[in-house]
Amino acid sequence: MHWGWLVPHLPLLFHGLQITLLILVFSVVVGFILAVPIGLAQVTGGPVARTIAKAYCSYMRGTPLLTQLWLLYYGVGSLFPMIPGMRENFMWLIRLDAIYYVLFAFTLNFAGYEAEVMRGAFLSVPRGELEAARAIGMSSWKVLSRVWFPRAVLQVLPTLTGEVIGQLKSTPLAFTLPVMDLMGATSKIRQDTYIIYEPLLFLALVYMILTFIITRAFGYFENMIPKRK
Amino acid sequence: MILAAATSLTELLSFGDKGYGDELAWGVLNTIQISIFGYAFGLALGLLGAVGKLSGGKYLRYALDFYTTIGRAVPELVLILLLYYAGTDSFNALIGLFGHDPVQVNGMVAAIFVLGLVQGAYSTEVLRAAIQAVPIGQLEAARAYGMTPWKMFSRVTLPAMLPNAIPGLANLWLNITKDSALISVVGFTELALATRQAAGVSKQYFLLYVVAQIIYLTISNFSGFLFNRLEQRVRRGQPKLV
Repeated sequence: MHWGWLVPHLPLLFHGLQITLLILVFSVVVGFILAVPIGLAQVTGGPVARTIAKAYCSYMRGTPLLTQLWLLYYGVGSLFPMIPGMRENFMWLIRLDAIYYVLFAFTLNFAGYEAEVMRGAFLSVPRGELEAARAIGMSSWKVLSRVWFPRAVLQVLPTLTGEVIGQLKSTPLAFTLPVMDLMGATSKIRQDTYIIYEPLLFLALVYMILTFIITRAFGYFENMIPKRK
Repeated sequence: MILAAATSLTELLSFGDKGYGDELAWGVLNTIQISIFGYAFGLALGLLGAVGKLSGGKYLRYALDFYTTIGRAVPELVLILLLYYAGTDSFNALIGLFGHDPVQVNGMVAAIFVLGLVQGAYSTEVLRAAIQAVPIGQLEAARAYGMTPWKMFSRVTLPAMLPNAIPGLANLWLNITKDSALISVVGFTELALATRQAAGVSKQYFLLYVVAQIIYLTISNFSGFLFNRLEQRVRRGQPKLV
């Protein structure tokens, strides 16, 4: 076992960790915000909204994130230069940097998975509570914001731990694009030093530690929710 | 414009030298093959693991806990890379003991081995939970009748645990069809890598990736339909859930 590479490459790995955490936090937070209306559209939306939301979830959950990422970066990215004036536009810069594509793809993917969970959560809130809220004279918005949404989110929280860990385990896919996340940093180390196993073992250890931290942190927040005994 | 796109699409997907239809078809075939065999290997490992966890000794259970914890906490991509190199290296070391020269391990065998090993960790947990959910009284009744352990398993435990296990196993199947795309990083030409190569040559990135997505979606939806039918079948005779 050679571990001499570890200390000189710590800054690179730390930078990779930051990128990994950026992808994770951004996609979970923004993805969850997107998931609420998509889940709600499947439960109460009109036929058009319902169909679009269902098709969206089915696509996001039915195809590999890896190919979603490649479709966006190589596929959609290859269409941009065809738009006249695109090269002179400042948006061109965004086309160049892969991290934007990664953030976009991971967020949309997480929204797809989470919207399905939110759909179930919205459905599981007892109808009587919504009827009671309406009977008191709450507007539909108030029913949603005071009763329906809070009850649904409390249902979702315990499953969120697993979803976030699943998302953490997807983040290394980013390295298939020119992005220096933890995985990208590790594969650069492997290419520079010709060491095969040790960087990967170290990487596995880091992901296990991150999983442990996420489990503990979410467990702490879950315990703050009062439970019916 | 639409017409032009349609003609270029049919040309793009035609078989033979000009089109990439045959390359993609090979990719689909490889994806389905490594998924099916990886899944079967994973299920076999999972069944052994579940039985080991439920009725094995202390050290066996420690070892299995270690396997399922690592297998589920480390990203599939990292595991696939680690197992791919470790697997081929140790295989070569093994045949080296018998005086063989190192060989290039068949990509498909390595892919099936790696996917199955990762899948086994998840299968173990799904099957363990499903077996544990069988009411203990049913097993005691079977033993009281004098059934042999094998008969008990095939006549009571298995049919009673399948309804609990099928939803989890369906999820695992959908996961492995999607995780099979990760095998592309070690250079095995399944659908994702076949698409990537075809797109790289033809420069038709957008069209080809859309086609690949449609194929993956078809596989997912079709197998989702099959698993629904299967679940209805194993649930026959059970009271309907509301």
